[in-house]
Amino acid sequence: MTNEQMGKWQTLFHPSDPCPRFPDPYLEFRMTHTDPLVTVEHLQKYYPVNQGLFAQTRHYIHAVDDLSFQIGRGESLGLVGESGCGKTTTGKLLVKLIDPTKGHIYLGSNGSQTDIAPLKGAAVKQFRRRVQMIFQDPYESMNPRLTIYDTVAEPLVVQGIGTVIEREERVAEMLALVGLTPPASFLFRFPHELSGGQRQRVAIARALVVQPKFVVADEPTSMLDVSIRTGVMHLMSNLARRLDVTYLYITHDLAVARYMCHRIAVMYLGKMVELAETEELLQHPQHPYTKALLASVPVPDPSIKRQAAEIKGGIPTPINPPAYCRFYERCLIATARCRDDAHPPLADKGNGHSVACYAV
Amino acid sequence: MTQPILSVQNLTMHYATRKGDVSAVDDVSFDVMQGDALGLVGESGCGKSSIANCLLRLLPENARILQGAVRLDGANLTTLPEDQMRAYRWKRIAMVFQAAMNTLDPVYRVGDQIIEALHTHIETMTNAEARERVAELFKIVGLDPALMDRYPHEYSGGMRQRAVIAMALSCNPDVIIADEPTTALDVIVQDKLLREMCNIQKTLGMGMIYISHDIAVIAEVSNRMGVMYAGRLVELADTADIFARPQHPYTYALMSAFPSITGPKRELTTLPGEPPDLLNPPPGCRFHPRCPRATSVCARDVPAFKAMDARHSVACWHPVEG
Repeated sequence: MTNEQMGKWQTLFHPSDPCPRFPDPYLEFRMTHTDPLVTVEHLQKYYPVNQGLFAQTRHYIHAVDDLSFQIGRGESLGLVGESGCGKTTTGKLLVKLIDPTKGHIYLGSNGSQTDIAPLKGAAVKQFRRRVQMIFQDPYESMNPRLTIYDTVAEPLVVQGIGTVIEREERVAEMLALVGLTPPASFLFRFPHELSGGQRQRVAIARALVVQPKFVVADEPTSMLDVSIRTGVMHLMSNLARRLDVTYLYITHDLAVARYMCHRIAVMYLGKMVELAETEELLQHPQHPYTKALLASVPVPDPSIKRQAAEIKGGIPTPINPPAYCRFYERCLIATARCRDDAHPPLADKGNGHSVACYAV
Repeated sequence: MTQPILSVQNLTMHYATRKGDVSAVDDVSFDVMQGDALGLVGESGCGKSSIANCLLRLLPENARILQGAVRLDGANLTTLPEDQMRAYRWKRIAMVFQAAMNTLDPVYRVGDQIIEALHTHIETMTNAEARERVAELFKIVGLDPALMDRYPHEYSGGMRQRAVIAMALSCNPDVIIADEPTTALDVIVQDKLLREMCNIQKTLGMGMIYISHDIAVIAEVSNRMGVMYAGRLVELADTADIFARPQHPYTYALMSAFPSITGPKRELTTLPGEPPDLLNPPPGCRFHPRCPRATSVCARDVPAFKAMDARHSVACWHPVEG
């Protein structure tokens, strides 16, 4: 759709009360402050593959392999890649739903950093006040026997925040904030009485009710229909600004990432292969995998005929991958070095653009 | 004008539930010409898969076709007795389902499953002929014929979907219905499969009905497209024409809410409200509670599905002028 057509759509609504604008022009700022909130160093997660009941484990799935990156305060970092590339595993590691095999995850900026890997008991509970997660499937991430009030209030009860009356106020406030108005009409309903979009709003309210600083959102809009999805995307970026929340936004949909993220990191078989600011990555992809991924996305414009992506073969198994570049088998520009040397490190190519490839 | 190979006329279908009738498909009409790729796009629950199941009469017990006809070669598939319907199903109209993993039987070799389908529908075929045909089909869909003696679990998701397409093509159908065949696949695999399907459809010259919720996929595979909302077809035209001049406000909303990675980053608009409950659909135009152009007539009378020009039809009281 052209901008001219868009202008027409805007005027279809009452000119005095235009439909909600997304992205909000106010949000369109370049990340200038680089004060990190999350620092990940050499993060690794291997899952053992057992061959038999008494066999010794000799094979490992390299779900996440040597990941290092930072997420700035107030930033939204997108993590994209195909299924099985380790993006959800990374998300779960960052909220400590699983523990890493190796590596460190620091929360907080210089001076007050805490490594979350060794946290135990009460310290984990304290940590969960600062970090929350939003799951993909609003049909399965909620207890069907709890009312919306109980669902949203549960984190407050667990954390022992507020009195009963204060909690009620906080829950109502939260529901209003996520667009479930009037809150009183939702408080005592059950999840099955809500639509998919409303349930995902409840999931967002539940994650944000303890006022976390960092939220991992794992495909929060992929189960929603187009006409509902934009509203939820809009809500999430709005709340990030108002409540000063930092996101790790996991998605397989690059078009959604374009609207939700300041920077995008592309993962392939447990490795991060490219990291850059969103528009920079979309306009000037450098890694051959990122190029293939972008070239494969269908375009909602029948007048554009896309060229076929330059890639061969299918995704190899993540069990005991080779030491050389993981993309080697599918790469059309690979050289002898790509096979002889270890997997290339993520190297800064200037302009905040990092690529893990010897051939570019 | 040539005759359409498949013609759907005023099709209306309800599901009977304990709470009442769900009006899943309401007064839908469209034609599929020889070599046409018709895209049906809409959100979940809008009735696009129900239409596909009506065409093949693969309906659950509580579904009732209240009105309308599905015409293929003069025969009306909605009233045909079941034993005669078998002559049409798969031989004339075949279907590719969404979840390829569930379509293949895990305990039989993939090739044998296609051979079984061939034997069922073409009784005169010998085993050797059937194997030859399967090898040929595998080549058409881009699979190595040596794979026909493997089991489904040895295939990747994309390969399984190709095998299911090979099975659908096995009896040379006139029309193939693809119900979200690539939804469960990753983009790179999806892209390869879409290209393959478009090629096959063009070279074999058959009609195709491609069902998807993704307007970008529809833009790439179809030359005609229909937009559905809450059980009704609201707009039908050439794909290029709909994208250039959408006339129904819902089509407009769908397109302006759809993000793209190409072109300048434009604003996405949000549509207020939610799709209606089809147990109790709103009177008049089913889109009127969410429509920015709605007036009192929209809430009262159902808009007719009328032709704006020879190839562009819209069901709206206040269409957006092109």
